[in-house]
Amino acid sequence: MIAIVDYGVGNLFSLKSSLRVIGAEVQVTGDAEVIRNSEKIILPGVGAFEDAIKKLRETGLDKVILEEVAKGKPLLGICLGMQMLFEKSYEYGEHQGLGLISGSVKPIAPVITEGLKVPHIGWNALLFPKDKSGLYRYINEGECVYFVHSFAAMDCDSAVTATAEYGAMLTASVEKKNVYGTQFHPEKSGEVGLKILKAFCEL
Amino acid sequence: MITKRIIPCLDVRDGRVVKGVNFEGLSDVSSPVALGKFYSDNGADELVFYDITASVEGRGLFTDILREVASQIFIPLTVGGGINALEDFDRVLKCGADKVSVNSGAIKNPSLVLEAAKKYGDQCVVLSVDMKRVDGKFMVFAKGGRENTGMEALSWIKRCEKMGAGEIVVNSIDTDGVKKGFDLEMLEAVCDITSVPVIASGGAGCMQDFVDLFQALPKVDAGLAASIFHFGEVAIPDLKKTLAENNIIARR
Repeated sequence: MIAIVDYGVGNLFSLKSSLRVIGAEVQVTGDAEVIRNSEKIILPGVGAFEDAIKKLRETGLDKVILEEVAKGKPLLGICLGMQMLFEKSYEYGEHQGLGLISGSVKPIAPVITEGLKVPHIGWNALLFPKDKSGLYRYINEGECVYFVHSFAAMDCDSAVTATAEYGAMLTASVEKKNVYGTQFHPEKSGEVGLKILKAFCEL
Repeated sequence: MITKRIIPCLDVRDGRVVKGVNFEGLSDVSSPVALGKFYSDNGADELVFYDITASVEGRGLFTDILREVASQIFIPLTVGGGINALEDFDRVLKCGADKVSVNSGAIKNPSLVLEAAKKYGDQCVVLSVDMKRVDGKFMVFAKGGRENTGMEALSWIKRCEKMGAGEIVVNSIDTDGVKKGFDLEMLEAVCDITSVPVIASGGAGCMQDFVDLFQALPKVDAGLAASIFHFGEVAIPDLKKTLAENNIIARR
């Protein structure tokens, strides 16, 4: 069973539905026991970093996630859920993340070509800077996924498994041992996204 | 690079797609789920579902339909029609919408844009504007294009962008239904004053109209249309191929 962590942030309907469509057993839950009994964890998130990490800590689920990850359980952070995997975010101030992956989350505006719109919103191609991650076993480089974000993970080169070109090479996904993160929304990326979720379910 | 988006718009009344037509291999073209899935499988980058029901019962039915659509279609979904309050945002977002399009609701109560952007994020709030030329100026029209609000469209758009509108849909009443191409002059005027994504709507009659749109105005992010897709005059896979042949980056 895959646990989608519900800590009061974001719309989990599509994520739950997409996992069901690929045949995964899934529970949307804020219950620590259910998360402990799961085989894999997905940490979703939309909105502001500060608010989200605060809510996650208030529920105490941050500790549960860290404990389970330490035991080797696969974790997938999506969008803001991926950004929370990092040490720090500079979204309106400076905030501590879960610290599972080295690097920090910073605004994309200063690094992209002037005149490009922020947020980076729409379908963009995935580029693989090194050997293909297991998450991408069913897709090819150049296939498009759906992004909506104004901040991105930076200074995390060793963990980057995919980038997207938008006036700069933006971090599209990261991986460190059993911890995975996608800046894009696989649950909104059509067939390609479903194949990525399927690969995660099969890890 | 980010790809140009092609967006079919489906009008839904009493749980059915209005103006549904014949597609080969699609038995129920009036089913929002079947038609939405057809478009999603055939390269649509996003779908807009527009609720044109007037009654409370119809609204409830629309929400049920939306839930069904969102449980089977995994591309971004925008919902418009009958969005007059924060509760309406909440209602459709809970059923799987990703973005909410406001038009007359924002005209009646502009602070709705601000409140919604604060609560759900800018990326969630799409401002849809029905625009028409009056005495050389672009004016905002209400009631499906029948009533001049007296507001100048460009300043209305700027005002809503400041309040947090994350995307602008420009519906040109002047070119709508004419099928002679998008309103490039109007779209350029909007692109010049806004820094959020602009979606062109109204006037597409053939594939070349989309090529002309993206070549003339690289700042336009997406093209939206209804009947040319519904009536099979333009098939999205062919359109994507044509865009690529003209060096316009689109998702295949």
